[in-house]
Amino acid sequence: MKKEFQIIAGLIENKSRVLDVGCGDGTLMKYLKEKKSVDTRGLEISKNNVRDCTSKGLSVIEGNAEKDLHQFPNLSFDYVVLSQTLQAFYNPEKVMDELLRVANKAIVTIPNFGHWKVRIHLLLKGTMPVTKTLPNEWYDTPNLHMCTIKDFFNFCYNKKIELYKSIALNGEKISTINSGNINIKNFSSELGIFLIKK
Amino acid sequence: MNTSKNIKKIIIKKPLKLDCGKTIDNYPLAYETYGKLNKEKNNAILVFHALSGDQFVAGINPVTNKNGWWSYAVGPDKAIDTNKFFVICANVIGGCLGSYGPSSIDAKTNKIVGTNFPVITINDMINAQYNLLEFFEIDKLYSVLGGSMGGMQVLQFVANFPNKTKTAIPIACTASHSAQNIALNELGRQAIMADKNWNNGNYLNTKSSPKNGLAVARMAAHITYLSKKSLEDKFGRKLQERDGLKFSFDADFQIESYLRYQGNAFVDRFDANTYLYITRAMDYFDLAKQYNGNLSNAFKNSKTKFFVISFTSDWLYPTLENKEIVIALNAAGADVGFIEINSDKGHDSFLLDVPDFLSSVKNFLEANY
Repeated sequence: MKKEFQIIAGLIENKSRVLDVGCGDGTLMKYLKEKKSVDTRGLEISKNNVRDCTSKGLSVIEGNAEKDLHQFPNLSFDYVVLSQTLQAFYNPEKVMDELLRVANKAIVTIPNFGHWKVRIHLLLKGTMPVTKTLPNEWYDTPNLHMCTIKDFFNFCYNKKIELYKSIALNGEKISTINSGNINIKNFSSELGIFLIKK
Repeated sequence: MNTSKNIKKIIIKKPLKLDCGKTIDNYPLAYETYGKLNKEKNNAILVFHALSGDQFVAGINPVTNKNGWWSYAVGPDKAIDTNKFFVICANVIGGCLGSYGPSSIDAKTNKIVGTNFPVITINDMINAQYNLLEFFEIDKLYSVLGGSMGGMQVLQFVANFPNKTKTAIPIACTASHSAQNIALNELGRQAIMADKNWNNGNYLNTKSSPKNGLAVARMAAHITYLSKKSLEDKFGRKLQERDGLKFSFDADFQIESYLRYQGNAFVDRFDANTYLYITRAMDYFDLAKQYNGNLSNAFKNSKTKFFVISFTSDWLYPTLENKEIVIALNAAGADVGFIEINSDKGHDSFLLDVPDFLSSVKNFLEANY
């Protein structure tokens, strides 16, 4: 399992209720269910992925986070997970509100547009950055609202969302993000992982 | 309608109070089984049939000599694998293949029950079929599943018996019959009742039965089971064994000939009064209303794991209505998965060879067993 999922799993308490939004093929859900006795549900847009999850015994609803989160009652989960998807929504702000409505805490991961490789790419090549975490060309990317981890940090501050844990990931290297080092981390990290609460 | 000796029956002695207020007892419930019940008795699956179905799910139907209605899905190594699971299916009460229904003979008068048969509901059908669990001494089913009216029965089963099945798969169905659904059923009923042979339900044998009315009802219903695209692909404007239009009301077009065939084939195996009673039961189905207008209350106490399935081209019980079931289940905090299968075969998709559908059912049943 990739490092990002290992960190997310480490943030989730045993035997809790978790909604994985955009759960993909269910790798994280399966791990949480088997290793941490977590009661998992998934929301996933791809039919093939829903079928994959079903064959793993996972309960996944085919749907879109922007249209289908409304069906979950307030605080029906302990955690909601959104991995590297926030930038792909038409209205990320509304999705954030919904995430923090359905669950007590949210774990959101952000592919960092502020990473130095991205900045250098744009600065020197003058074309939209294509990197390991941002593999698409500008014309076929699903990402509509790219942001940096500093943007997300500020977003939470402005929206009065509490940041319980902010973790920077660069390759396999993990470090903590805080208001003192945010500019450095925003330069050096590929991914930001945030445990938040409204 | 048919009293073939190939029909297995249990006689249910326990009185059943119907929703209409009447009570029935000592009534027959016809059923069929496939596969073997294991020692632990935890591999039983109860399948519910749809409007025109019967207990002969798989293999050859001994009455019609045709394949069972769910032969694509049920059998050794199939989606519902009879090497692993013990599959039970009953003919619903009100049906015409051995269970108590309008074509039964009244023991007192020695006449066909006809419209003296009480108006029944999906709830009544489920309460009658629940007796099968006692008969087979099964404490808890592994799964209940069915499409269309079979799906409605799945929902009613879990609502009535929240912890009597581990899993449930409602397919291409609704929790409440819509005005459009009722309208289409009413069209079929009026076709039957307009046939002078119907005679207020007192037709004595199949020769004098309202065949024309029932055939028209079936033709109309059959259109609702298909999608516009499937009709276009299969028939288009192709002519039936002729080079040009005949300028008459014969079946010039293949689609006309096909519908006439479907209508005529149906009357040989189905009772017109049963058609009236079962469509009525479907129209009366409104699970939310049974629970004070809140559908999620129907599933409040259930630990059953649900897998809801709909089809993209089904306009009779569209995805939106299936999703309402999912929403209600989520609101009740139930364990639910949902998938909409891509298929252009319309409502009938659940009965046909739709590989994505069949593999989804198989994967769900086997991953949770």
